Amino acid sequence: MWLMALRLAVLSLSRNKLRAGLTVLGILIGVAAVVAMTALGEGARGTIEGQLGALGVNLLWVWPGSNTSSGARGEVGSAAALNEDDAQAIARELGTIQATAPILGASAQVVVGSRNVATRAVGSTTDYVRVRSWGLQRGRYFTEADVRTAAKVCLLGETVRQALFGRADPVGETVRIGRVPCTVIGLLAVKGQGSFGQDYDDTVLMPITTLRARIRRASGRDVDQIMVSARDAAVMQRAQQQVIALMRQRHRIGAGEENDFIVRNLQDIQSTFEKTRSTLSTLLLSIAFIALLVGGIGVMNIMLVSVTERTREIGIRLAVGAQARDILAQFLVEAVVLSGVGGVTGLALGVGAGYGLGKAMDWAVRFSPTAAVVALGTSSGIGVVFGYFPARRAAQLDPITALRHE
Amino acid sequence: MSDGPVIAMTAIEKSYVTGEVLFHALRGVDLTIHHGEFVAIGGPSGSGKSTLMNLLGCLDRPSKGRYLLAGHDVSDLDADARAFARNRLIGFVFQGFNLLARTSALENVELPLAYRGTPSRERRRRAAQALARVGLGDKLNNTPAQLSGGQQQRVAIARALVTEPRILLADEPTGNLDTATTEEVLELLQNLHREQGLTIIMVTHEADVAACAHRAVTVRDGKIVRDDKLPSPRQAGALREVG
Repeated sequence: MWLMALRLAVLSLSRNKLRAGLTVLGILIGVAAVVAMTALGEGARGTIEGQLGALGVNLLWVWPGSNTSSGARGEVGSAAALNEDDAQAIARELGTIQATAPILGASAQVVVGSRNVATRAVGSTTDYVRVRSWGLQRGRYFTEADVRTAAKVCLLGETVRQALFGRADPVGETVRIGRVPCTVIGLLAVKGQGSFGQDYDDTVLMPITTLRARIRRASGRDVDQIMVSARDAAVMQRAQQQVIALMRQRHRIGAGEENDFIVRNLQDIQSTFEKTRSTLSTLLLSIAFIALLVGGIGVMNIMLVSVTERTREIGIRLAVGAQARDILAQFLVEAVVLSGVGGVTGLALGVGAGYGLGKAMDWAVRFSPTAAVVALGTSSGIGVVFGYFPARRAAQLDPITALRHE
Repeated sequence: MSDGPVIAMTAIEKSYVTGEVLFHALRGVDLTIHHGEFVAIGGPSGSGKSTLMNLLGCLDRPSKGRYLLAGHDVSDLDADARAFARNRLIGFVFQGFNLLARTSALENVELPLAYRGTPSRERRRRAAQALARVGLGDKLNNTPAQLSGGQQQRVAIARALVTEPRILLADEPTGNLDTATTEEVLELLQNLHREQGLTIIMVTHEADVAACAHRAVTVRDGKIVRDDKLPSPRQAGALREVG
């Protein structure tokens, strides 16, 4: 019965190629959208997990908090500044902490000869490389002495090196950062792309004092943020609590008052990002499912038209002995074939689109077999669900009425 | 079982509700038809002969009365059981041919066997045989559009014969045909009846056509008003030269 229904379905659809094609298109677009969206969503998650993981799980960030004193919440960083003493105190007083790195940043134009590149200058202490466990390709780090004297030295990230020196060795060369000539003393190891799409290697590292005094032309000991590395992942929770307690004490925050700083660990950042990502992919996926639903309604519509058009055929089949379930099977299978074809081509198109989009936008894509199975299952399911009503209508036709139908 | 009548209808009534009016299409019909008979059912339009035909063909079921078809009580079968009965016991020939368009003669004839689950090789063999019986052995792969009206009706007859039915039910089989083709189809029916002992029931309102049968039943106002044996049926084909 099913084999015969399948043969009839293929025959009937091939007689109305344009109509079948247009109906298939509805399902195809829906399935393609689901597959592509899932692939992009999964790809984004993979990237975040991979990169945050590679960064290390034992990192904490301390940022200045928002200022709520005037009633309205200010932006992050509007509250009392962090300074180098905070960083030192955390490193010195807390046993769970391995090292801290106070960080100042500045946008900087780096020039050498006729080449120049806009990048992010990072100023920190000698502990920065320990906190970030960032190796060297060449040369050396700056020293305590360099920090003390605000020496005009810097280390280049790989991206900056390529922009300015190509494949040549930059160590020993002099580059101009803003208006400050600096000697390149080292080339940082390649770190790759960051969690938020940024390029870690697009950076220039220098002593915090140099950046503050010579690039920012500021004084004092304020910093933008403090990076803290705990001894190991197991003490993260405790380390974070201790850092908060210590910072409250240092900033003289009374009981019941809000922190004027923010402490985040990787998991927090990851979960925040994951939440955003999942909201976004849920949204995209629901749009894709709506497309699939609309496609399903298209199938139902065309099947109803088909049943009406073929009422006489149904009458003939009933007259020569087809049973209701034979007719039901015939039209149900036709609907399933219609949406199944849409599912398969949609899957192919979705993989293509996801891959192409990923390539064009430089997004990571990850195709999961589950998504493919779900997409195919859903499309066939749509065939069954939206094909059932028209098929049942066909099966319940009265042979006499159907035969008289013109 | 073959000793008993092929058709035994007793006190058959059929009424429809059209709008709010109850319409009695058949008001107590008794009809017995034996194996090997060639019966014409006639009557004016609205007489109830189409209703009778639908009941005879198990396309519908009576409101009252008992209908034994080849010994089986089919008075009260549900839709699927009637479909089964049609498939096993009855061959239909309709006025409008009712062939599947864009489908070859062979496949049209195979159709009833397909719903029986006959294997496709066997199906093809029997369909080709049936088409040969109606003289269309060389048109197996033609679609209805490529066949004349007479040829289409022969395909329909082949489709009715392929299941080796107990009765052949023909509903105005010549209604859509010109005189020459009408004679051709009637001749075929007469041959099938004479040579193969096929039981044929033919609904027609044309006296010429009815005259080819061996028994003429007349329906009027939902009742059988005449039931005559025709000792010397008109030989179809005689008119062909004239027409």
